[in-house]
Amino acid sequence: MNKIVKPKSQMRVLTALTFKQMYAKIGAGLVGAIIFIALFGPLFAPHTFDEFIDAPNAGRSPQLLLGADYMGRDVWARFLCGGRSIIGLSFVSTILGVGLGLIIGLFAASAKARTDSLIMRGNDILLAFPQIVFVLLVVSGFGSSIFLIALTVGFTHAPRTARIIRAAAAEVMERDFIKAAIAVGEKRRRIILSELLPNVTSPLLVEFGLRMTYSIGLVAAVSFLGLGLQPPAADWGLMINENRGSMTVQPWAVLTPILAIAIFTIGVNFITDSFAKAAIGINRKGKE
Amino acid sequence: MGKIRNFFNQGGLLLFVAGRVLAGIPIVLALSILVFMATQALPGDAAVSYLANTATPERLEAIRAQLHLSDPIWLQYIHWATAAMHLDFGTTLTGETQVTTILAERIQNTLILMGSAGMVAIPLSIAIGVFAAVRRGKLFDNVSSLITLILAALPEFVVAIFVVFLLATNVFQIFPAIAFIDPGTLAWSRPDMLVLPTLTLVLAVTPYVSRIMRGSMIEVMESEYIQMARLKGLSERTVILRHALPNAIAPTIQVIALQLAWLAGGVVVVEAVFAYPGIGTVMIDSVKGRDLPIVQAITLMIATLYVVLNILADIGTILSTPRLRTKYARKNNTSDVFAAMSGDE
Repeated sequence: MNKIVKPKSQMRVLTALTFKQMYAKIGAGLVGAIIFIALFGPLFAPHTFDEFIDAPNAGRSPQLLLGADYMGRDVWARFLCGGRSIIGLSFVSTILGVGLGLIIGLFAASAKARTDSLIMRGNDILLAFPQIVFVLLVVSGFGSSIFLIALTVGFTHAPRTARIIRAAAAEVMERDFIKAAIAVGEKRRRIILSELLPNVTSPLLVEFGLRMTYSIGLVAAVSFLGLGLQPPAADWGLMINENRGSMTVQPWAVLTPILAIAIFTIGVNFITDSFAKAAIGINRKGKE
Repeated sequence: MGKIRNFFNQGGLLLFVAGRVLAGIPIVLALSILVFMATQALPGDAAVSYLANTATPERLEAIRAQLHLSDPIWLQYIHWATAAMHLDFGTTLTGETQVTTILAERIQNTLILMGSAGMVAIPLSIAIGVFAAVRRGKLFDNVSSLITLILAALPEFVVAIFVVFLLATNVFQIFPAIAFIDPGTLAWSRPDMLVLPTLTLVLAVTPYVSRIMRGSMIEVMESEYIQMARLKGLSERTVILRHALPNAIAPTIQVIALQLAWLAGGVVVVEAVFAYPGIGTVMIDSVKGRDLPIVQAITLMIATLYVVLNILADIGTILSTPRLRTKYARKNNTSDVFAAMSGDE
């Protein structure tokens, strides 16, 4: 029983310490606002996202809060509807990638030295591809679909997460309670799940936040390059791409989605950074 | 410097470099297999998916022959890999142009862009990191920490669009938003076109390096030998520049190499924003046109660059860390064979 209660309470302490910091509070506000827009925005949209309302690039007016885009569709409506795909895809690919990386990392750390180094060498090879380049490579071979993009972005996260988790878990493996568990003859699965996993939660959460910011950047970049969702879909990345040419006359069609992406990534980074600081603080106390 | 020169003469570095380069070869081989698998070895027929609805039996046959699609996969790979070793990536699917001819000029433009970004970003981020560490907890430190935290969060195309909005189209109209560089001329003939893409990459790379530099510098400044240097009565300037900085740089070198490797990926998106005529724009166009030979060639080159940068970073770390330097040099001294090979001493 003790074993299960302890990591939970440590988690609670960490969360409390994280959100005591000002940046974490600001970050939570920013992230919350954007998630709210992404989830519930479509309910508040005054028009559908693909209706032609006004002249192309029409300016702001009482009817059109942010004017019309390059085809004469309501920018505000498209903005409210365009967050779901990007935020949703980023979440999915982050969970996939960090999950896969976690499994690889824990497996490698608890494996025999030879298996461990074999896995990590293979892992290092995958690191040679910049994430966006690998995503483009796969898209060029298999064509673009949003599921493939989420999957590939996730896949490119995995070796990076695996490296971090393995390093953290390898340190834990040296501790006495693991040696005790091995000596008692506990199964490897049990050691991984109930001994290793609870002890790598702080690097795991920091990694999750970091990967989330990269996911959004990648998913948005792929749509921005015209390889993600296809017109007439409303998607922040696609909006930026479509309206970039008329930015001088109608800046809102570009600025709104880009500010939303910026606010979200900055918010996530604020929380991640505060969490990392809190985790370092706790570790230092533990050592003293 | 004398010690470094000595180290070169002993052949220790040579031996180390040779070892690292040899270890790099199987990695590059593995990379080439991966690149090949991710594209050519499709579950369907690459020729059909490439031609889509314009496929006629004759055209399909032509493309199949060009990609050696009727051969077994391993044979296809060997065809492709042996040609690639001679820097021959075949012809593009759309025309008869050699992939290598298309890329030759573009690569130079991309290297010019990456080089100018690196030359600005590295000294700048070292300076910011050192200054923030020295002024720890003061205004400069707090402001630069906040700015780097924000910049580190932003995807590079977001930074690129902000830069265009601020300096090219809406707020100020100082620099061109699109890099018009005549084909046949290299990018440095038009430095004004280079400013915004370079600025974007600098803003993307600087936060990471400067944050690591700051952390490393703080750690060094708290060490006993810095205290000693101060107690000796050295000026703070000498303490920082001569005693702290060289020791703080070593851990940063790996991060700099990683960031330069990241630049090779980031440059793809940034080039696309500015329509900069480098390999990034070619890559995007080829992905859209599903022109596999070009995509494969560019991906393999970028991945190889990563391996090369990592080797360079390892060498740089050893050169900048006296402890490692002597360790590798000594290893060499004990071996007569290598001492004879170096010949100098």
